[in-house]
Amino acid sequence: MSETHSSSRQIILDRLKGCVVDAPELPTIDPARVIQFEDRLQQFQDTLASVGGEAHLVNTPSEIREKLQTIEVFQSARRIASTVPDAVTPTVDLATIDDPHALSTLDWTIVRGEFGVAENGAIWIDGKTLPHRVMIFIAQYLAIVISRSDLLNNMHEAYARIGTPDPGFGVFVSGPSKTADIEQSLVLGAHGCRKLQVFLLP
Amino acid sequence: MTSTLPIVDHPSAAREFVTNEPRSHWHDDSLWFVRSKRDKQAQSIPEWEYLREQASTIKNHTIAKLPEYLQQFEANATRLGAVVHWAADAEEHNRIVLDLLRRNDTLRIVKSKSMLTEECGLNEYLIDNGIEVVDTDLGERIVQLRGETPSHIVLPAIHIKKEEVGDTFHKYLGTRAGESDPQVLTEAARGHLRGKFLSGEVGITGVNFAIADTGGLVVCTNEGNADLGVSLPRIHIACMGIEKLVPRFQDLSVFTRLLARSATGQPITSYTSHFHGPRDENSELHIVLVDNGRSKIRDSKTFRESLNCIRCGACMNTCPVYRRSGGHSYRATVPGPIGSVLGPAKNAKAHKSLPFACSLCGSCTDVCPVKIPLHHQLLAWRKVLVGKRLVAWNKRMAMKAASFLFCNPTLFAAAGYLGRVSLKVLPKSLTHNPFNTWAKDRDLPEPPKESFHEWYAKNRPSGSETISKEERS
Repeated sequence: MSETHSSSRQIILDRLKGCVVDAPELPTIDPARVIQFEDRLQQFQDTLASVGGEAHLVNTPSEIREKLQTIEVFQSARRIASTVPDAVTPTVDLATIDDPHALSTLDWTIVRGEFGVAENGAIWIDGKTLPHRVMIFIAQYLAIVISRSDLLNNMHEAYARIGTPDPGFGVFVSGPSKTADIEQSLVLGAHGCRKLQVFLLP
Repeated sequence: MTSTLPIVDHPSAAREFVTNEPRSHWHDDSLWFVRSKRDKQAQSIPEWEYLREQASTIKNHTIAKLPEYLQQFEANATRLGAVVHWAADAEEHNRIVLDLLRRNDTLRIVKSKSMLTEECGLNEYLIDNGIEVVDTDLGERIVQLRGETPSHIVLPAIHIKKEEVGDTFHKYLGTRAGESDPQVLTEAARGHLRGKFLSGEVGITGVNFAIADTGGLVVCTNEGNADLGVSLPRIHIACMGIEKLVPRFQDLSVFTRLLARSATGQPITSYTSHFHGPRDENSELHIVLVDNGRSKIRDSKTFRESLNCIRCGACMNTCPVYRRSGGHSYRATVPGPIGSVLGPAKNAKAHKSLPFACSLCGSCTDVCPVKIPLHHQLLAWRKVLVGKRLVAWNKRMAMKAASFLFCNPTLFAAAGYLGRVSLKVLPKSLTHNPFNTWAKDRDLPEPPKESFHEWYAKNRPSGSETISKEERS
């Protein structure tokens, strides 16, 4: 690190330490005071729909494939990345790809999510499960597979479940990529996936 | 840089926007729509007020212990393999970023939305130094192509009509002339920006939250542009103000619940990305910590809480002045109520009119997810500005005259009498003339028949002019 940077470090810290401020104690969230849902599955499906995603209840991985095959843009897909091979066989071998730019032509990506959050329809994806992190952002369409038994009520439960994050990457995905930057008109598929399918296994 | 800032006179800077009545109303309605969505989301969470309370306490705690948390963050981020840089001001921040780009022979960067880099003027600086800078947030790309700046911190192009976006895209992206369908225009931008993402050599992002106890950072977008921007190139530079810290990983639960609900009325942003260290051993993650006046604000007991701001924009969406006058009328990177607090803190002279661009209605304070007492701070700024003699002489004189009047009971009674009589006898043509702009859309009140003093003397039984002790308690 160059000298100017480290001197600024000292200057900033000295300035801050020069003004001693009384700190209130850090609060702890009372789990009894935050929202819970009687039917987390229903709530998750409703919220996901409200943020532009589509939920499907399935019982086996092969049902996922059957459902996907009814979707026109899946039938015509050529380049498919999948980390859920028992549901969808990939056509792109991620292990042979070094440069993430090579994934720019992905039509579909199918990945596993760790858990879903009923209050906001978000799904936690652990970066460790992705050979290339860009695969979930660059594909035209995205499908995420989670288990119905992995639905939590709220974000407090979500962060508690993650615990201490490992080095790397993790993302909450709630619905497809979207924008309302042109006159507040909601458009799905801004830069990332145009649609999001969520498959809920038992 | 700050010393040469022109003095902003909000009323004249807003004139063009407010006198275009249809546009002003259209803008007002657009923002009210967002505010209504926010209300719906806030009301769907029974513990909303509890959450605001927690968020405020966490932020107050963090800002108080900022030096400790910054060092903890630095140590943890470094342990994860990130490189932490410190910048005392905007110029140093820009130099650090350029230096990193030069060291990696970078010519093209892709940037996701960051109000900090706007504040530092990073785009102009890099462009002047021969770097191609592409803003990838759709709204920011629109204003960048038009040679403008964002007029809102969350909705950068909220002031632009779809027909105007159509014209801009026709000119720069080759869309059909007259095209104004948001779906078609967004699709065109998607195609255009895909190419930019693929050729970007370095991804620059802002930071929504940085976590002291893990050394990680969180970036929130709806479009996924930050993620696309940093998961293709080898180098990610994240620029953040030193106030963006939260102490613990679990604190994110409070803020991710509040941020998008307050900002756009969504339950959470489409993508909430958590970065802990660089992507792999061949990649780099640089984090630039920027002070640029923040430590000075922290020194002030009155304005310290403005550092709690998580940049959701809710105060702008609800502000009756912002909604009607547009973000550009503030001539500040951050407009609206919070901008009117932060602007004068940066340069009191340049931004002296902003704390007066406020009716003190208090709506901003009501919606703020981290409970910054915004309208109290705006009022406090007025006091400071009067003390610094930075208020126009006519306003100062008027205040002095009012103070003199209120200190002299006889004069006050006489003025009251004169007022009641004048209201009764003066012809409307005299009060409602073209020189009195106040009266343009207003009528004067019916004069009361008597003053309160007179009424009191009449209605109070004799011998009880002074209120007895029992009555007072």
